[in-house]
Amino acid sequence: MKLLDVTNLNAWYGPNQVLFDLNFELHVGGITTILGANGAGKTTTLRAVCQAVHTTGSMTFLDKRIDGKATEDIVRVGIAHVPDGRGTFTALTVEENLKLGAYTRKDRREVEADLERMYARFPRLKERYRQQAGTLSGGEQQMLAISRALMLRPRLLLLDEPSFGLAPLIVKEIFEIMRQINQEDQVSMLLVEQNASLALNLADHAYLLETGKIVLSGPSADIKADESIRRVYLGY
Amino acid sequence: MDSFLLQVTAGLANGGIYAAVGLALVMIHQATHHINFAQGEMATFSTFIAWAMIQAGVPYWVAFVATMVVSFVAGLLIQRIFLKPVEKAPILTNVIVFVGLLVIFNAFAGWIFEHTIKSFPSPFPVEGMFLPQYFSGHQIGSITVTLVVLLSVFCFFRFTPLGLAMRAAAFNPESARLVGIRVSWMLALGWGMAALIGAVAGMMIAPVVFLDPNMMAGILLYGFAAALLGGIDNPWGAVVGGVILGVLENILGAYVIGSDLKLTMALILIVTILIFRPYGLFGKPIFSRV
Repeated sequence: MKLLDVTNLNAWYGPNQVLFDLNFELHVGGITTILGANGAGKTTTLRAVCQAVHTTGSMTFLDKRIDGKATEDIVRVGIAHVPDGRGTFTALTVEENLKLGAYTRKDRREVEADLERMYARFPRLKERYRQQAGTLSGGEQQMLAISRALMLRPRLLLLDEPSFGLAPLIVKEIFEIMRQINQEDQVSMLLVEQNASLALNLADHAYLLETGKIVLSGPSADIKADESIRRVYLGY
Repeated sequence: MDSFLLQVTAGLANGGIYAAVGLALVMIHQATHHINFAQGEMATFSTFIAWAMIQAGVPYWVAFVATMVVSFVAGLLIQRIFLKPVEKAPILTNVIVFVGLLVIFNAFAGWIFEHTIKSFPSPFPVEGMFLPQYFSGHQIGSITVTLVVLLSVFCFFRFTPLGLAMRAAAFNPESARLVGIRVSWMLALGWGMAALIGAVAGMMIAPVVFLDPNMMAGILLYGFAAALLGGIDNPWGAVVGGVILGVLENILGAYVIGSDLKLTMALILIVTILIFRPYGLFGKPIFSRV
């Protein structure tokens, strides 16, 4: 069974169409990345999955149609979105942010256990659990944003440019943690990144977006190996 | 000295009412970034409903609780029916809806209950239970009720998951949706709570100023001044602002400007705050990066 199957996806911001007839699919347990330049429509694609923009076309998650549902309901089928800019509740504490991630869950004791697991994985968050989230550094906020999304125990994690604005060492750390999360917790991921080399190292499958259309798709190992593709499309 | 203290204590009692109304305004502003101009008239209407129940023979506290429940539901429904359609509309459209609600409630109150001034009973003994030389029974009772309401609201927001969700929805509705919070319903809840608080304020002030359709017009102004004084985004600020305002109003009214200009004083205060310190005593200035 495919995790996410997207067919003929079009998306608009008001009267402006930004995505044109996208077709892509995600498999359970995989990490897929969407690459592309600024303005290609990568963020819009993630927003489309969460139904935060107007779309046409069909999207099926674990054989259930999700197009046409409200964002709040898509969360409840197991899709967690780490938006660009982190989306942290800056005025609330670290712990309150994490608790909100589990808002839709009813299993209180498991939520507490998950909270402890987040703190074990990210000791820096545990140190600052009562601090206002807005006072955290960029890297810490990214860790917080990812942890908040994981508190949902999602089947699919959407990540929008997690490397944005972070120092290279922190980015390396975060990407390593993302690999662990995928392997240990079996969380599938859809990763949007501008940093192509980082993304191709992590993901097993890649799509390349250019002005709202998919122009390239394939296993990331193939794309990494193909020098002409790398130079023409990815700039390295 | 004694009469001065009496002015202060009366100011404290009234200040509690202004704090409650201010809190209701702050709550709706926090959730929606709008000032509910109809808050006063909704509270007056709630008080009339309580009055009607008491006239029909319902015991005071039963009528009190029933009015709270009815007001909560009504506030929730008003948000769902009148405010949700204009959620994304420009501010002016929302303001017009608020003013419309103000006029509708005022007119209905006058039409159903007439404009004759009515007396509203106080459930508290005439003599104060505490420091009876300075506080009347109603003043102590009113301060206690207001404190209970404010404390409950604080605990609700601080310690309950729903309160956390409402705060999250107010701060960052986009992110709130991403964790599954039904932001629209949070707004409706905020309205329900504000209506409930307004009803309590109305029932506490009615025995003092008597009940007629225009009862809360002046009180709303004080509530507004209290909210601004404390900082429009700060619930504690509204409480402190209300108390300061109540005491100030009485002291100034007795010794400086005379009681005719009390309301004018509130208006002057509002304008002064907006000119010199628009974020209030406890608010934080908001800077936007261009």
